[in-house]
Amino acid sequence: MNGALRKKLQGYVGFANLPNQVHRKSVKKGFQFTVMVVGESGLGKSTLVNTLFNAPLYPSKDHVLLSEESPKTVGIQVLSTDIEENGVRLKLNVVDTPGFGDFINNEESWKPILETIEGRFDSYLEQENRVNRSKITDLRVNACLYFIAPTGHSLKALDIEFMKRLHKKVNLIPVIAKSDTLTHEEIAAFKERILLDIAHHDIKIYHAQHYDSDDIETINETKDVMSKIPFAIVGSDKIIETPDGRHVRGRKYPWGAIEVDNEEHCDFVKLRQMLVRTHMEELREFTNDIHYENYRTEKLLVLGYQQDNTVFREVDPLAKLEEERALHEAKLVKMEQDMKHVFQQKVQEKESKLTQSEQELYTKHKEMKDALEKQRLDLEEKKRRIEQGRPITPEKTKKKGFGFAGK
Amino acid sequence: MSLDAQSSQPILQSYVGFDSITSQIERKLLKRGFQFNVMVVGQSGLGKSTLVNTIFASHLIESKGRTQADEPSRKTVEIHALTETIIENGVKLRLNIVDTPGYGDQVNNEGCWDTIVKYIKDQHSAFLRKELTAMRDRFIQDTRIHSCLFFISPTGHSLKPIDIVVLKKLTEVVNVIPVIAKSDSLTIEERLAFKQRIKDELIHHNIKLYPYASDEDDLQDQTLNETYQAMIPFAVVGSEQSIIVDGKPVRVRQNRWGVINVENEDHCEFIHLRNFLTRTHLQDLIETTSMIHYETFRSKQLMALKESGQAGQGH
Repeated sequence: MNGALRKKLQGYVGFANLPNQVHRKSVKKGFQFTVMVVGESGLGKSTLVNTLFNAPLYPSKDHVLLSEESPKTVGIQVLSTDIEENGVRLKLNVVDTPGFGDFINNEESWKPILETIEGRFDSYLEQENRVNRSKITDLRVNACLYFIAPTGHSLKALDIEFMKRLHKKVNLIPVIAKSDTLTHEEIAAFKERILLDIAHHDIKIYHAQHYDSDDIETINETKDVMSKIPFAIVGSDKIIETPDGRHVRGRKYPWGAIEVDNEEHCDFVKLRQMLVRTHMEELREFTNDIHYENYRTEKLLVLGYQQDNTVFREVDPLAKLEEERALHEAKLVKMEQDMKHVFQQKVQEKESKLTQSEQELYTKHKEMKDALEKQRLDLEEKKRRIEQGRPITPEKTKKKGFGFAGK
Repeated sequence: MSLDAQSSQPILQSYVGFDSITSQIERKLLKRGFQFNVMVVGQSGLGKSTLVNTIFASHLIESKGRTQADEPSRKTVEIHALTETIIENGVKLRLNIVDTPGYGDQVNNEGCWDTIVKYIKDQHSAFLRKELTAMRDRFIQDTRIHSCLFFISPTGHSLKPIDIVVLKKLTEVVNVIPVIAKSDSLTIEERLAFKQRIKDELIHHNIKLYPYASDEDDLQDQTLNETYQAMIPFAVVGSEQSIIVDGKPVRVRQNRWGVINVENEDHCEFIHLRNFLTRTHLQDLIETTSMIHYETFRSKQLMALKESGQAGQGH
């Protein structure tokens, strides 16, 4: 639409009310969001989910009995909950992955996770291809929070392996877990090293775009949030009392208290802002437009669908007419040629037939002539014989007296 | 000399002077110096190097973690041994620190403890060989590992499967002292719950940690051991940075919401670990290695040699 003319409105039309209509419809329909949390056990994943949505979604972990066998593979646990705020209903699905990175041999630990994500894509694909598509439930994973242990060094081998395998399938958001164990200088250095590691291994983590139509404030906000990735977070669903008497969410130590909602202390506020307040819809769009589409293309190609590229040609009516006319003319010329060809063929045929019959006649004629000639000669012979008085039949004596002597 | 009726101990009538034997030994030992070998085992990034440097109050070892993006991660467990001599009040301590980078860092950690156990056994084996030679040195260099600091990640839940397997293997060959690394990520309640859980798990899996109860212990030793056994695993925080507090340099970790004093007993148990390791149980660690672990190894080896010798002769 670059060449479209921009007209100035001369009065109020009213389509500026469209966003409100969309808003009303969406609120009626409700929203759905699926987030996956991945990381070694003990990094505070459940606590963070509780902190993010300010609700005790995950109960505190009852310890497994000592005598119980620990599971041998990574489990997938889905928690679904409906939360409401100011009339807006959100159906939140949290996919937990207990056991990831906890075994002695973690070589297959990403498989169940990958299978879950692809399985959800598959179910959506199948729903899209149904005859009746009025009710599609979108269970695709919109964001994956990957918890990095606060070692202070660099990414572990397992971190790199996991991210390499999943960055093309889901929006990856790395977070530094339990970051209250690192000093601020250590956090800054750690973040830098992680980003270098990610760039070095060509891992594409989620990166929010900003559009030209956004105002400067939004662009700055987005840049600010994105600069903090990976988010250094601390989670807590308990209320503590700070040294100056405030009651806030945080963790209390003998040497001080860290406040979860304080931007100076940790990046939790930025993470929540990105995930819930500003980029939830973008994450969903990204999942649909990029990750899902890539998956779909791959899957369909594998199934043997051929891509017909001619449907993408630009359709210009005038050119089309010209084309048609040219085609038609070419057709006519061809027909003419064809007919000429046929005509010539027929002529040749007739000619050959005629020459053939000519030949025949000629031979017949010759035959007849010969026969005639023969007959003539015969007759001549006979005539001569009669003229010479020889009997026609030579040895025959005349008994009758008639003869030509009496004359 | 008169003997008390029915009493075993004779009473001395005048000063003999054999009580100076302690100072004679001390002088000899001071001249010779002491040897202490400690090994650190734990995943990368748990603060092992920092803790060792904090315990001995000097920069002895460097962190071997992966810091550059183009640095490949280690594919096997390596053994890095470093010897340093430190002197305090005329007492010379030859310190041998064995680091094990690569432990627990790969995706597949099967068998990562084999290298470590083999190294420990090799040191016993080397000592045994030197002992058995006909012409042996007057004083054999002791490279046997006297203590192994095992670092537990502060998850707050329980021990990891790899921790349990490795602890089982290590406690059979060396004195293991478990510590909870980076314990500043746990609040006091979380720390107590975690410790209790670890202790329960250790009992459940029958893992025997140093200090071992012994018949020789008198009441004082017993109570001391019991206090320490209640505290194990030590929840520690290490730091090489210090700030000045009241005119004295204090080692701390500084943050925007608080300052952790490493040497403050209310903050962490570093002081207890340091005292345990250097002030009270240093000699006992060396002795236990020699008398329990080495003897077990030695008897196994000699019996195996005897059996193979017999088997050879039998044919």
